[in-house]
Amino acid sequence: MKALLLRDLRLALRAGGGFGLGLAFFLIVTMLVPFSVGPEGALLKAIAPGVLWLGALLACLLSLDRLLALDLEDGSLELLLTAPLPLEGALAIKALAHWLTTGLPLVLAAPFLGVMLQLAAPGHLWLFASLALGTPALSVIGMFGAALTVGIRRGGLLLSLLVLPLYIPTLIFGAEVARRGAAGLDASTPLLMLAGLTLAVVALMPFAAAAVLRMGLR
Amino acid sequence: MSLWQYANPVKFLALSERVQPVLWALAAVFVSVGLLWGFFGTPEDARQGSTVKIIYLHVPAALMAINAWFMMLVASLIWLIRRHHVSALAAKAAAPVGLVMTLIALVTGAIWGQPMWGTWWAWDPRLTSFLILFLFYLGYIALWQAVEDPDTAADLTSVLCLVGSVFAVLSRYAVQFWNQGLHQGTSIPVATGNRSVADVFFYPLVLAMLGFGLLFLALVVYRTGTEIRLRRTAALRARMNRGA
Repeated sequence: MKALLLRDLRLALRAGGGFGLGLAFFLIVTMLVPFSVGPEGALLKAIAPGVLWLGALLACLLSLDRLLALDLEDGSLELLLTAPLPLEGALAIKALAHWLTTGLPLVLAAPFLGVMLQLAAPGHLWLFASLALGTPALSVIGMFGAALTVGIRRGGLLLSLLVLPLYIPTLIFGAEVARRGAAGLDASTPLLMLAGLTLAVVALMPFAAAAVLRMGLR
Repeated sequence: MSLWQYANPVKFLALSERVQPVLWALAAVFVSVGLLWGFFGTPEDARQGSTVKIIYLHVPAALMAINAWFMMLVASLIWLIRRHHVSALAAKAAAPVGLVMTLIALVTGAIWGQPMWGTWWAWDPRLTSFLILFLFYLGYIALWQAVEDPDTAADLTSVLCLVGSVFAVLSRYAVQFWNQGLHQGTSIPVATGNRSVADVFFYPLVLAMLGFGLLFLALVVYRTGTEIRLRRTAALRARMNRGA
């Protein structure tokens, strides 16, 4: 498991600049927002939590089709299927590697982008906490979507159509935490809901992902 | 003799030939009587005027939109557990019907909402969860079309239906948390029996709801038969190509 994690991390870091891509996309999306809605500070302040959550979600989505497709191309996915390691565990590890290379940088970068979007001062901590709790859920749900579409040629667009509706509950709770935090309200209820959601998905989704992967590559 | 014998496509087709005329006739009678009675035989509402009559389309369509997904869920489970092809094909056949029902519910709701709420659309929990349901139907249908091998497609869509159901219910409660709505509560609570719809509107509504249910059944049986025949044609074609 550790070897698999290290292998995935190394691949993400060294091969083809996939590592920084999500982060750069997040930056660009955030930067485009003032151009599209105007630079007024009050407006930006109001929409900043939601925009940052949406940007992080889209940046996460962007790298999902590489999650399993590259392994399918070079044949290592078949090796994983026949390996003594349970496929559920392997997929959970791969989702963890995806989170470390995509989700975590987004979480760390979000407060800086929050400054650019005039996010209210108390909101930074809540935004950071909600993203840190919520992005692992995005990675595992995305792993399910990637496993569902891995055998399909040009499955990228289909992947977005399948995964985005599944992201809705995470987005609702995550953005609600950030919004309430920025407004100075008590955000502990949605934060607990978000944490519960993430734990449930992390526990269950690898099984669903492994099941569909076995079906798809039979 | 058990229900499972109709998992045999031949037996299913034979049964569907027999029940279809009855289903279509009953559906036509119930839908037309319910709608005509509703549109022409009921008085106008004291406050809503004639717009109240859209209820005869809106409520049955919304009911069937949810029930269609539920039927797909049951059919998917049967496919995953007992591997009956008819079941998988029935789930596939029900999806577009459910999609159209969802669309009807959304559009009629918007048409009613414009004069009543003063807006075509509001980000209300019920409206939003129906939109999410619409997206789930789209994804499900798209996945069926994208996978070439029919058995793999049935497997993948079945799991998507299961996972999607969990997330659909989750979204249903998440949006309630997110925004308190404009949409009224249920008018006909079965559990308490305190319905808020007057008798004059209620009876044609029940007829229309029964009619939409029958119409859905007839469509699904018909479309499942079509899917079975399509599958057979494909198998025959493959055999011919191999022989030639």
